[in-house]
Amino acid sequence: MGSRLSLRGLALGYLTVLLVFPLGMVGYRTFEHGLNAAWNAATTPDAVHAFWLTLLMVAVAVPLNTIFGVGAALLIARREFRGKALFNAAVDIPFAVSPVVVGLALILAYGQPGWFGKDLAGAGIQVIFNPLGMIIASIFISLPFVVRETVPVLREIGTEQEQAAATLGARSWQTFWRITLPAIRWGVAYGVILTTARVLGEFGAVSVVSGKLVGKTETLPLHVQTAFEDFNLAGAYSAAFVLALMAFVAVLSMQLLKGRETA
Amino acid sequence: MSIIVEGVSKAFGDFQALDDVSLEVPDGSLTALLGPSGSGKSTLLRVIAGLEEPDSGAVLISGEDATRLPVRRRGVGFVFQHYAAFKHMTVRDNVAFGLKVRRRQRAEIRARVDELLALVHLEGFADRYPAQLSGGQRQRMALARALAVEPRVLLLDEPFGALDANVRAELRAWLRRLHDEVHVTTIFVTHDQEEAMDVAEQVVVLNHARVEQIGSPREVYEHPQSEFVMRFVGPVTEIGDGLVRPHDIDLRLDPDDGGLEAMIERVVHLGFEVRVELTLASDRRLWAQLTRARATELELEPGQIVWVRPDRSPSSAADGEGSAARPGVGIAGELGD
Repeated sequence: MGSRLSLRGLALGYLTVLLVFPLGMVGYRTFEHGLNAAWNAATTPDAVHAFWLTLLMVAVAVPLNTIFGVGAALLIARREFRGKALFNAAVDIPFAVSPVVVGLALILAYGQPGWFGKDLAGAGIQVIFNPLGMIIASIFISLPFVVRETVPVLREIGTEQEQAAATLGARSWQTFWRITLPAIRWGVAYGVILTTARVLGEFGAVSVVSGKLVGKTETLPLHVQTAFEDFNLAGAYSAAFVLALMAFVAVLSMQLLKGRETA
Repeated sequence: MSIIVEGVSKAFGDFQALDDVSLEVPDGSLTALLGPSGSGKSTLLRVIAGLEEPDSGAVLISGEDATRLPVRRRGVGFVFQHYAAFKHMTVRDNVAFGLKVRRRQRAEIRARVDELLALVHLEGFADRYPAQLSGGQRQRMALARALAVEPRVLLLDEPFGALDANVRAELRAWLRRLHDEVHVTTIFVTHDQEEAMDVAEQVVVLNHARVEQIGSPREVYEHPQSEFVMRFVGPVTEIGDGLVRPHDIDLRLDPDDGGLEAMIERVVHLGFEVRVELTLASDRRLWAQLTRARATELELEPGQIVWVRPDRSPSSAADGEGSAARPGVGIAGELGD
């Protein structure tokens, strides 16, 4: 009993020192001068722009990675093809490579001196130092989540229900929508939330390709840094608080999903 | 609808699951595919359903070549050993699935599902989820789901394998009655010879990817065409170099009646039958199955010397396992050691 208590105390203490206290300080600093001051700091034009740009990243990257993720998971769990092991490993590259390297790679490929940069510029498309490049970076770094959450669920449910649907006359798309997707929905949802959280918070890769143009290519995490470097502490704290709040909502919804899953 | 399987072979990597298998299932019949695990019986069923594609050979359903036909167009109802229930759907939605994907009228679906739930005695369970049903109920739901689309052929893969013994016996009897009512050509896979004998009109015995014998339950029991079938479909004991059913052995007290001298090791009373374990002069062991009346008449005791005589000629054990089925085996084994 005593050892269990002390273990719990240790775990709580660890979390407090590493998470609760620092995040609590962000909250405290944000509202130090009252609600009004916090609201004003959080709603400067640059901050609002950063907020909407962050949501845009989420709105584009999350649906794309969800569709790709479910498709890739089906390929990995249900099909046999040449190069499958390679494909499976490639999906994990974003987990393994440092985000800064990802950003740099995108500049090399799509920047002005890059391989496709001139052709793209000729076509009037600017990727680097533009939201487009930031979206690509976001998609890149958050790509594995839906795949990795969905593959084990697909393996666990097995193929019998899908085979049963086929013997009952269902076409493959009917089987997917009516049988497979409902069976894997919590796994996919879990992956979607992790993807969202990652895109919200991404700093490194997005920072490298953004050029940090205030009011143009600045997401909330970048805005926090700029504000902090400009000694605009109120702005930094409030933006950080908004970001933490969004992440908190994402994680909370994940917990709620988990509860439903086991129910 | 009749089913004809012609020279079907199927390998999974190095493992030969089916090797040149042919058989015919008459229209409206109830056929059992019987064999040990790994004999290829489930693979054969899945080839007929279209869930596996054969490497060679053909499957004909009511005269039509169905070998390359996709599963959903074969008109087969398939029941899986582990039910394959759609977990996120109610019993009603499970049974209605095949009709829904066919875009039938809602009222028609409702009426048909009610009818089927009555047929499988699940009337009160329409709004439950599969997780709230017992194993036997789930399997009955799976049957109703398969029957909903009015399949030409009903295929059952070890349908009672995951159930308790008493539920299994009950469902077995029920499947027979159901077959008498709906008359759909039915094939079921089992490794349980008693189940095959009890339910089926025709038994196909498979071993090592090949058909050993096809016949009525009585034929395969009384006239097994190979040692494998002899051993698999019923109890056997060795006498000399031959195999014989223990209930075909008679024990005599008088040496003048002929037979082999043996000493009784044990007499086991199993209710309606008596099992007598014996050792021959050659030290080989065998056992005999006697009725209670016969055992009482003989007053058998351990240690007693008796003379063992098979009522039927034993089939030769030299007729090796895995040999192709051929008619009219039943070679009389040499008596005497």
